[in-house]
Amino acid sequence: MLGTYITFPELLIWLPLIAGILSFFIQKEATAKNWALFASIGTLMISLASLMYSDGSQKSFDTSNVSYVWLPSIGSSFAVGLDGIGRLLTLLNAIAFPLIFIVTYNKQYKNAAAFYGLMLLSQAGLMGVFCAMDVLLFYFFWELALIPVYFLSSRWGGEKRIAATFKFFIYTFAGSLILLVGILYFYQLTAPVIDRAGNTLAEHSFSLDAFLKVSLTGAQQNWLFWLFFIAFAIKMPIFPFHTWQPDAYEQAPAATTMVLSGIMVKMGVFAILRWLIPLFPLAVARWDNLVIGLSIFGMIYASLIAIKQDNIKRLVAYSSIAHIGLMCAAIFTRTEIGIQGTIIQMFSHGINIIGLWMVVELLEQQTGIKKISELGGVAQKAPVLTILLVVIALANIALPLTNAFIGEFMMFSGLFAFNKWYAAFAGISIVLAAVYTLGMIQKVFYGPVNVFTEKVKDIQWSQRLVLIIIVVIIFMVGVFPQPVFNLTKQAMVFIMTKMK
Amino acid sequence: MENALQSMWVIPALPLAGFLLLALLRNYLPKHLAAFIGCCTVFISLLAATYVFYNVKAGNTHVAHYFNFIDVAKLHIGFDLKIDQLTAIFLLIITGVGFLIHLYSVAYMKEEEGKNYAKYFSYLNLFIFFMLLLVMGANYLILFIGWEGVGLCSYLLIGFWFTNNNYNNAAKKAFVMNRIGDLGFLLALFWLIAKVGTLDFSTADHKGVFDLLDQLNSFEKTGITLLLFMGATGKSAQIPLYTWLPDAMAGPTPVSALIHAATMVTAGIYMIARSNVLFSQAPITQTVILWIGAATALLAATIAMKQNDIKKVLAYSTVSQLGFMFLALGTGNYVAAVFHVMTHAFFKALLFLGAGSVIFGLHHEQDIRNMGGISKKMRVTYITFFIGCLAIAGFPPLSGFFSKDSILLGAFEQQHYIVYGIALFTACLTAFYMFRLLFISFHGKYRGTEAQWHHIKESPAAMTIPLIVLALLAAIGGFVNIPTLFHGKLSLTAFLSPVIAMEPVAAIEHSTEYMLMGSTILLVLVAVLLAYKMFKNYQYKEAAGLGKTLENKWYIDEWYDRIIVQPLLAVGGFFKNIIEKSGIDGLVNGVGRAVNYSSRQIRLLQSGQIGVYILMMVIGILVLFIVQLFL
Repeated sequence: MLGTYITFPELLIWLPLIAGILSFFIQKEATAKNWALFASIGTLMISLASLMYSDGSQKSFDTSNVSYVWLPSIGSSFAVGLDGIGRLLTLLNAIAFPLIFIVTYNKQYKNAAAFYGLMLLSQAGLMGVFCAMDVLLFYFFWELALIPVYFLSSRWGGEKRIAATFKFFIYTFAGSLILLVGILYFYQLTAPVIDRAGNTLAEHSFSLDAFLKVSLTGAQQNWLFWLFFIAFAIKMPIFPFHTWQPDAYEQAPAATTMVLSGIMVKMGVFAILRWLIPLFPLAVARWDNLVIGLSIFGMIYASLIAIKQDNIKRLVAYSSIAHIGLMCAAIFTRTEIGIQGTIIQMFSHGINIIGLWMVVELLEQQTGIKKISELGGVAQKAPVLTILLVVIALANIALPLTNAFIGEFMMFSGLFAFNKWYAAFAGISIVLAAVYTLGMIQKVFYGPVNVFTEKVKDIQWSQRLVLIIIVVIIFMVGVFPQPVFNLTKQAMVFIMTKMK
Repeated sequence: MENALQSMWVIPALPLAGFLLLALLRNYLPKHLAAFIGCCTVFISLLAATYVFYNVKAGNTHVAHYFNFIDVAKLHIGFDLKIDQLTAIFLLIITGVGFLIHLYSVAYMKEEEGKNYAKYFSYLNLFIFFMLLLVMGANYLILFIGWEGVGLCSYLLIGFWFTNNNYNNAAKKAFVMNRIGDLGFLLALFWLIAKVGTLDFSTADHKGVFDLLDQLNSFEKTGITLLLFMGATGKSAQIPLYTWLPDAMAGPTPVSALIHAATMVTAGIYMIARSNVLFSQAPITQTVILWIGAATALLAATIAMKQNDIKKVLAYSTVSQLGFMFLALGTGNYVAAVFHVMTHAFFKALLFLGAGSVIFGLHHEQDIRNMGGISKKMRVTYITFFIGCLAIAGFPPLSGFFSKDSILLGAFEQQHYIVYGIALFTACLTAFYMFRLLFISFHGKYRGTEAQWHHIKESPAAMTIPLIVLALLAAIGGFVNIPTLFHGKLSLTAFLSPVIAMEPVAAIEHSTEYMLMGSTILLVLVAVLLAYKMFKNYQYKEAAGLGKTLENKWYIDEWYDRIIVQPLLAVGGFFKNIIEKSGIDGLVNGVGRAVNYSSRQIRLLQSGQIGVYILMMVIGILVLFIVQLFL
């Protein structure tokens, strides 16, 4: 079979990576666009194929999947694999990029070859993060995903892009640095790598297995935990590490914002599941109340700010902070239902928020306006866009039969099992989400048409197609979520055993 | 016979198919075809529901498992539907009244342009689908899906004319207030999951919530039922979440009749009646429900006395009548509540459609101060409306008499004498404000212009036929549960007994019962006469004092705004403008400034370009790396 020569995780990483590098050498803008679209569709095909070939027995965290010698002297190898969670998130990553490229197809970029090259590099980095089974490799891909975003935001962003990118840079740079320190400290505790003949190949190892075999004392875990967690917390982001995010979302080019909010924030959530929980189970239990407290306070905090926002992009940004807060809280409840809810929600939230950004982008393309109070009556001018938006917005407030309901229901259920009062307090955000989401719909889409929205036209067929795909996914996952649970079942078992 | 009910999925599937068809083809369908699809699907569902009803009457019930909805960890929630006696009754009400209102809408909405017309029917079909799902769900989650789904349809239909921002505000208010209740509902579900591990009502192998009530202690039972009731206060417009319902009158009048009178708002009563086993074991919750129901009934009735919008009067009347139903639930008299749901569906749908006919005939006039004397021009509307008034006021032998009497009697039997007094007083108020409405709008002299008077005419048959059918039902609907006092068989009580086990209470003497009933009728009669005396030749006068307070709905909306909305917005503003800007961001920007400052010092490295910083970062990481590894 295919796996004899090259495996799915490798394909998923290499294809966007090579396509991205090649993209820099393209001269014509249109060629670069089509090249990127073509490559991303190829990646999607591979990702879909990987679902077909998945068998239920696929063990989670199976490092034996693929492992090449990379940096043998320091005990790091190119070890990649796909467990259920990895499959789900690489799928999200693979679906998102072609959709994003299609929706923003009309946009003109200066130096388009570089733009698309960086986008594809970022996709490769994300793929790597979701597949890496070696800590150093994970860190490498983490940075590979982030660094292109700095360039994308600072060169193709909005008016205040430099300030926004700078803030984003400071935050994530600080996070990355702390994470690196943590990784290196941990690394020193691992056992030497010894080959069959008994020769020592390296003093220590970066492999996940080696990291898992280190038994840390509770006290060690308690502080080492923070070196990892802060990096992830910034990435998600949760309160109070979030202030880079509204600025970055507002100023980055739309396509980059979609990647940032739809997929990149999931790196943080994913990293908690794959690295933080298995490596620091005691510390996760030790700090659960603190982290959950921060997360749910952040939910209410961000929701209240979202209500007061007049800038549509910042509204979506704060709404996202609220949603991510729930995911983080649900993981730290360490309940099976809460974590399973988080896993499905990572996928759902990615789809929904990308859809939301697309609508925002399509509106801005036509009107050039970001202020909610200046818009109105779009429904009369663009009924198809409005209907699709309403469905996506209802998914954003987790109405039953949409994908987000499943995740939120389970996450809240986990939170309730952990502490009733936390669930009740966090639940206020359910009400607040309805207030700001419906408020936004009402002010932008309903009401009378004004001078700014007079010339709005309904969306083109390609944009329709993209949003329809998103709506279909919303209902598919919302009505039949069980296949997703089946896909991630084994990975869940692993996480649950690690926490016991 | 078991397989006779296996195809029950047809009942919700048809309106869903109608919705999809209408929604997808709305730009292409001619109006009559859109109307045909909308009505036809519900009509076939009605036939199916009738068939199901007779099957259930023959002693047949059925639970069907379609697929695993959420099957994770220890939680197994199936997509399960169920038909039993309680569901069968609601199926008939929903599809029956639903069909009549669809039919009525064909004429009422005819001014809408083609695609809006199709859109309207698609929403109505979707509503029927979710409502059917709500009453057919075999577990709390399916019920909840329907519960939120009808809320969505309510939102969409209240804001149907979405270019008007007042309507949009009303729609949003309805959704948000329902969401507050839904939060309670959800928390109750989480509690059940945490303690019982299932959301099934009851199962064949006795693993449902109602089978495993022993696993809950009394604190948990009280907590869960109170949270469920919180959900009901939102959906069924009870204190403190009732204020959305009067505003919801912004929607088209048939929608008010269907959603905000006959069906959706009774979902809370259905849910509690469905959970009667659970609620009966939570006496504290029952007391809360009893008093909230009584208080809502009274409060809404007082407000209804001074409203001048024909639909607003009916809206407050609905809130008040729902209060009666909760009062019944609070006394453990579940059957009476369901009975009143049914009769109320008939007479309130009738009254709303009658009001719609008036509004239609008077070209969108809703203010009763500008009406008067129209009984001469609209005979069918007038007579049917009059029957509706008699029914809601509780004149024997119309339907409202039997259902309201069984509620009052239940309160008396349980020795809740104060509540009984409140209910009796409210019943008199009900008769008073309904006949006030009737006399002001239909009697006396017309208060509009001569030209307008000439344009008034009776509504078309598509509208009057539903009125006549509903008037008939409102008149005779009470006969399904004639009390033993009149040598009746309490058929409804007997029919529902497998679902709702009534605890036997010490029956009161027949002579006492006659006396109570007689005095109720007498008092109601006095109220009607009073209304006649006061309003037969009505002239509007500016209200003052208490009247003004009532006209302004006790200023409850204003108080909510001041106590809850404004403070929350202020906190949001504080977070947005103060904390975000200076607190957290100030700290981060401080770090940023420090870096800027030091970079200005290190002039050789300073280029001002972000790319250079990033390059330095990468180099820095590598250096750090190498230092760590090899030294």
